[in-house]
Amino acid sequence: MEQSGRGHKARREETDGRGRLHTEGQQAVFSAAFPYAMKHFRRITVRCNTRKGGDRLDTKTAAVKMVNVTKVFGSIVANDKVSLEIRRGEILSLLGENGSGKTTLMNMLSGIYFPDGGQIYIDGREVVIRSPKDAFDLGIGMIHQHFKLVDVMTATENIVLGIEEKGKLDLKAAAERISAICKQYGFELDPNQKVYDMSVSQKQTTEIIKVLYRNADILILDEPTAVLTPQETEKLFAVLRNMRNDGKAIIIITHKLHEVEEISDRVAILRKGQFIGMLTTAESNAQEMTNMMVGRQVELNIERPEPVDPKPKIEVKGLTVRSEDGILKLDDVSFTVNSGEIFGIAGISGCGQKELLEAIAGLQKAEKGSIAFVNDDGSREELLGMDPLSIEKKGVALSFVPEDRLGMGLVGGMDLPDNMMLRSFRRGKSVFTDRKFPRGVAENVVQELQVVTPGLSTPVRRLSGGNVQKVLVGREIASAPAVLLTAYAVRGLDINSSYMIYNLLNEQKKNGVAVVYVGEDLDVLLELSDRIMVLCGGKVNGIVDGRTATKNEVGLMMTQLRGEDADE
Amino acid sequence: MFDLVSFIPRAVSQSIPLLFGSTGETITEKSGNLNLGIPGIMYVGAMSGVIGAFFYEQACKNSGSSLNTFIAILIPLVCSIIGSALMGLLYCFLTVTLRANQNVTGLAMTTFGVGFGNFFGGSLIKLTGSDVPSIALSATSACFSRTLPGAKSTGAFGKLILSYGFLAYAAIIIAFIAAYILKSTRVGLHLRAVGENPATADAAGINVTKYKYVSTIIGSMIAGLGGLYYVMDYTSGVWSNDGFGDRGWLAIALVIFTIWRPNISVFASILFGGLYILYLYIPTGTNLAIKEIYKMLPYIVTIIVLIIISIRNKKENQPPASLGLPYFREDR
Repeated sequence: MEQSGRGHKARREETDGRGRLHTEGQQAVFSAAFPYAMKHFRRITVRCNTRKGGDRLDTKTAAVKMVNVTKVFGSIVANDKVSLEIRRGEILSLLGENGSGKTTLMNMLSGIYFPDGGQIYIDGREVVIRSPKDAFDLGIGMIHQHFKLVDVMTATENIVLGIEEKGKLDLKAAAERISAICKQYGFELDPNQKVYDMSVSQKQTTEIIKVLYRNADILILDEPTAVLTPQETEKLFAVLRNMRNDGKAIIIITHKLHEVEEISDRVAILRKGQFIGMLTTAESNAQEMTNMMVGRQVELNIERPEPVDPKPKIEVKGLTVRSEDGILKLDDVSFTVNSGEIFGIAGISGCGQKELLEAIAGLQKAEKGSIAFVNDDGSREELLGMDPLSIEKKGVALSFVPEDRLGMGLVGGMDLPDNMMLRSFRRGKSVFTDRKFPRGVAENVVQELQVVTPGLSTPVRRLSGGNVQKVLVGREIASAPAVLLTAYAVRGLDINSSYMIYNLLNEQKKNGVAVVYVGEDLDVLLELSDRIMVLCGGKVNGIVDGRTATKNEVGLMMTQLRGEDADE
Repeated sequence: MFDLVSFIPRAVSQSIPLLFGSTGETITEKSGNLNLGIPGIMYVGAMSGVIGAFFYEQACKNSGSSLNTFIAILIPLVCSIIGSALMGLLYCFLTVTLRANQNVTGLAMTTFGVGFGNFFGGSLIKLTGSDVPSIALSATSACFSRTLPGAKSTGAFGKLILSYGFLAYAAIIIAFIAAYILKSTRVGLHLRAVGENPATADAAGINVTKYKYVSTIIGSMIAGLGGLYYVMDYTSGVWSNDGFGDRGWLAIALVIFTIWRPNISVFASILFGGLYILYLYIPTGTNLAIKEIYKMLPYIVTIIVLIIISIRNKKENQPPASLGLPYFREDR
């Protein structure tokens, strides 16, 4: 019932924008049958609009039109007859859960994948995009979620990569043009910096300029804010607005609803490879978007139960860690994590979060300091200097969900029971391993966490990001930990999966587990954590109460060290 | 006394097959293809040239006419290039199109190439019906090893600089051209990107498959010339089975030694060539075991270089990041 209502509304909106009375579906059939007539028809429509509406409509002609686009991977239909329209001078959000086919759809626009069916029109002309080069020639540029940059090359070299021009390769002239583009839109970038020396946000800037350098006027950004700080995100949005006002069509793929509300003019929603509807952002809200995305009513509030009987579980004192190159990664870090609470850690990526968790888990050597695990009877175990095996042997139930799921957490090429066995293979006395137990764990995890997998014997690598994370978290929770360390537990996960992970963490918290949650989304950190420690350049820049702290406060603490006296 | 004026020309002529091989392999590796078939390809390059030259010499002998210098060079050269190009094509088809494992494919091709050389070498030896297990193509070799004018008359200078066949100069010129292309042209930039990060190159609109094929085939052709030089110039046209030895592997070691820079290879190959023949210069009467230790020198130097570049860990000096890995665009 609700769904059909939504679809109807979406279609109505669609026609409003063009001022013509026919539905998306009808037009699709029409254009498929009479591409030539379609062209004429569009021209007429545009002319009418110009006469009637003036400036606004003139800049809002459809830059891209996808009709019934379908893509199939093996037995999985990634996109099922998706029809979509993007106009110039607008920012369109593409919203959908993991595996709903957003990226696949955009990859077809940028020439990475070739559609199995449907038509794509650019400025009303039907086109065939066979390769990224075709896409560039049509003015389409995509900024991928995983940056596509060559590490050992400079920004300039990366930007001119793939451009076939006559004459000599002139990097100097290219660098000058890059600087000019930076000036025009308000970027900051050193054209001669090597990519491996860049921060995440600089890499992203390079990616965007790469696209602008090719004079692209249709920009696709795949989860551009996933790795940015709030301040960097603000900067990016300012630039995007500049580009929109410049008449470019911008598509942004994201999971974060507040960003959708902040930046976009319209929202297109995909679910399970199908186009669900188009909303005008100003007339909608986060709840409505989520419901359309998930297909049912979703509670958007994160629960935060009061900690029950908090007792110190992990006490870190004066922890100092240096990387192999001698760079100070953690500087005199001290804090206590209590049982039955979620202890959030905020900070710009690379501020020592990874080293901190790994030091507790026994994977990172420290220069000095101590990490004590407090037993229920009050006795203490020193964890520093021990490896994971000896920590386990001491009876300290420690679980670690690392940032690099398929690198450190799971073995991509092994199936679910084998991955579960990584935790339990030392059980039993004989030389043979016990395969029954991990199989049971795997079955449980699949069932309880609703892991979508073709079967238990599927290699983990083949699962989608959200499901991989569920398998990992499920395994760690199955070992009944007293301390649960999580690093970016919801990175790249959609709303539904994210909330499932939040609930799992809350459940652990209620069971009296000390949960450490390293996160990047400040809104979530503030809603989920009882206390939040902010790291800045490897130093503790304060521990705030999750119930009273504000986003701005924490954001500032992430970027600027407080005065000496305010230091912990 | 150590005679530099006689040592250096020998080191240089020893170095030329290595230089051809390493230039070819560097170009190949820059595209992300770790072609361990290079030793085999050099055998094939040599043998193809020998076959071409053999039949041309036979034809001349039968008709009683004398060899035309131009044709005597052209036929082996073209045969050699075609032979090694086919090997490169086969390697690409297996690793790029069918995405077979590069190491396994390369090693198989080396085994195949050496076998190819020895098989046809044996056949030709039988055709000539000679009693020594080798073929002598002295007439063709004379064309290949013709030195520059003035090699004899200008003393030490002539001996050091002018006393080589045209392929030796070609090797050096090709290496410098390759270095220039890799470093400062658009094609080179694209090729490096393909080897570093094919997904990035692909997204930037570079035809990854085309670059891999073209660079591997050109690399193979260049490497094959190293084999041709060895037979036609270094051994004065005498082919004997297994005579080429492990020079192919040395060429691959040279690629690492020069940290993927053909211009450095010009000098490094001479160093390697010198180290390779150094054992001939140890005083007579020394223990034979010592001689074997001298033969190890090029490899020891390579290992030391590997250790040094690993310790220094400078990003620019590392192998291409996707070396040895297959690329498939729609891989999920």
